[in-house]
Amino acid sequence: MNAPAIQYADVSKDYGKLRVLDGVNLSVESGEVLALVGHNGAGKTTLMKLLLGLIRPTDGSVRILGADPVGHDGAEAKRALGFLPETVAFQQAMTGLEVLNFYARLKRTDLNDNPALLEKVGLADAAKRRVKTYSKGMRQRLGLAQALLGDPRVMLLDEPTTGLDPALRRRFYQIVSDLKSAGVTVLLSSHALSELESRVDRIAILNQGKLMVTGSLDDLRTRASLPVRLRLKTREGQAGDIAARLDGVDMTQVNGQTVEFACMPQDKMILVRRVSELGVDVEDMEIELPTLDQLYGYYRDGGAPS
Amino acid sequence: MNTVFTIAGQEIRDGLRNRWILALTLVLAGFALSLTFVGSAPTGQVAASPLLITIVSLSSLTIFLLPLIGLMLSFDTVVGESERGTLLLLLAYPVSRWQVMTGKFLGHVGILAFATVVGYGAAGAVAAYRGEVDAAALQAFAAMVGSSVALGAAFLALGYIVSTTVRERATAAGIAIGIWLLFVLVYDMGLLGILVASGGEISQTAFHALLLANPADAYRLFNLAGFDNVALLSGTIGMMGEAKFPPSLLIAIQLGWVVVPLGIALALFQRKEV
Repeated sequence: MNAPAIQYADVSKDYGKLRVLDGVNLSVESGEVLALVGHNGAGKTTLMKLLLGLIRPTDGSVRILGADPVGHDGAEAKRALGFLPETVAFQQAMTGLEVLNFYARLKRTDLNDNPALLEKVGLADAAKRRVKTYSKGMRQRLGLAQALLGDPRVMLLDEPTTGLDPALRRRFYQIVSDLKSAGVTVLLSSHALSELESRVDRIAILNQGKLMVTGSLDDLRTRASLPVRLRLKTREGQAGDIAARLDGVDMTQVNGQTVEFACMPQDKMILVRRVSELGVDVEDMEIELPTLDQLYGYYRDGGAPS
Repeated sequence: MNTVFTIAGQEIRDGLRNRWILALTLVLAGFALSLTFVGSAPTGQVAASPLLITIVSLSSLTIFLLPLIGLMLSFDTVVGESERGTLLLLLAYPVSRWQVMTGKFLGHVGILAFATVVGYGAAGAVAAYRGEVDAAALQAFAAMVGSSVALGAAFLALGYIVSTTVRERATAAGIAIGIWLLFVLVYDMGLLGILVASGGEISQTAFHALLLANPADAYRLFNLAGFDNVALLSGTIGMMGEAKFPPSLLIAIQLGWVVVPLGIALALFQRKEV
């Protein structure tokens, strides 16, 4: 394996007295898709700006494709980089194609490839229309098109799916997966874990400038071992009785027809078997797995049970 | 260098698209033409060439107008792009910051130059049509147009400093207006005040130095006093006393007011965190 495509070593960043990044260590391997997850202000955008050489770290070092973004070879590294900012804006009076041509000139790529690129993001029909008339989703797609200019080896996508409808969102992740199969390293940020399921290799959760955890989604689930909730519907008035028969279980709610309790994931099957032995008094059962939001909350708060 | 021209070209294209260039050219041509027509009435039949009279009136107009236009074009450059979010994307490309600012400067100067040459050129053509044009008058006219662009460029550069320093567009606009008032109106009044307060006792050298320190005054001196014929018409000779500044010095001052602020703006932009 080569050197990591992206590497943060002990990176801190202060804006005046405000510490926005605090000792971040993170590397993204070549060809990996990694998602930065965190609230607004958690430091996601700051991490991307560091890679682009727009700001310098207060402490620590940043490397992109082995180069220091603010050093001499930084400009060269930027040529192999695609970036989609969080709120993407263009010169309003230009047409989509003109905007793309402008950026292509700056990156010195072939302008003849641009119509095909617009086609790829579904803007072929709007290529000759002014950006002013574009919807939010269209601007976002134009933003994606400019990020794809010159077949970058590393893609930085800052909250790429904010404001996109579900169909566009799917299409967007299709493009990300195409990029991945082409061996492109992708660093994207999001404030929702839920849309990342099975779409990224690894997740890094940030909170207030600190990297809380990194790992695959499965990995994070296993390590958190958040409690599973089981909810039973009993026959009228049997709830108390059922609760008593499930001795030694951590009850969270018992009333009327409902018995609710939590258990560790590894104990789930044991409890399901015990419930099935309770017979006809249990009319129904629901199993509620921990949601991604709960998982996120768990790691964001430093691994404390929420 | 390609990158610089790409950015300059984008700036000019944007100016064409949002009708900025058209509006500026029309404003300058409108003022210039009306001055040419109206301005020649009170002078009646004088021996001076109509083109020379046009130079005098146009340069008085320029002192107010071009600094204002320069600042209007430039105050938005960095802070506006930063607010709209286009700056972040631009700097994410393999471009260096000096290329961005130089490109924008060249684009803006191009816009200014086009509007001035066409706008004033129209007035010059009318004046030339109505009277005899000799080579000296033509040269004076060309020098006036050129130094007008240089005056605008100086205020472009000052506007970039403002635009790079402040955080909000509105602040930049306010400061730009302040700069305009200071250099164009307040400065001369202050000089007059000093002259009166000191009872004319202020040393000639100090007064001249102060006069030359303002790009607008350097422009005025260059155009109204630099040429013998024009000087006779404008009556500024008295204010200047015996001294006659060499045109090369005045040109150097004008260019200095372009280069130095531009250098400062570049240095500030280089260090700015976006």
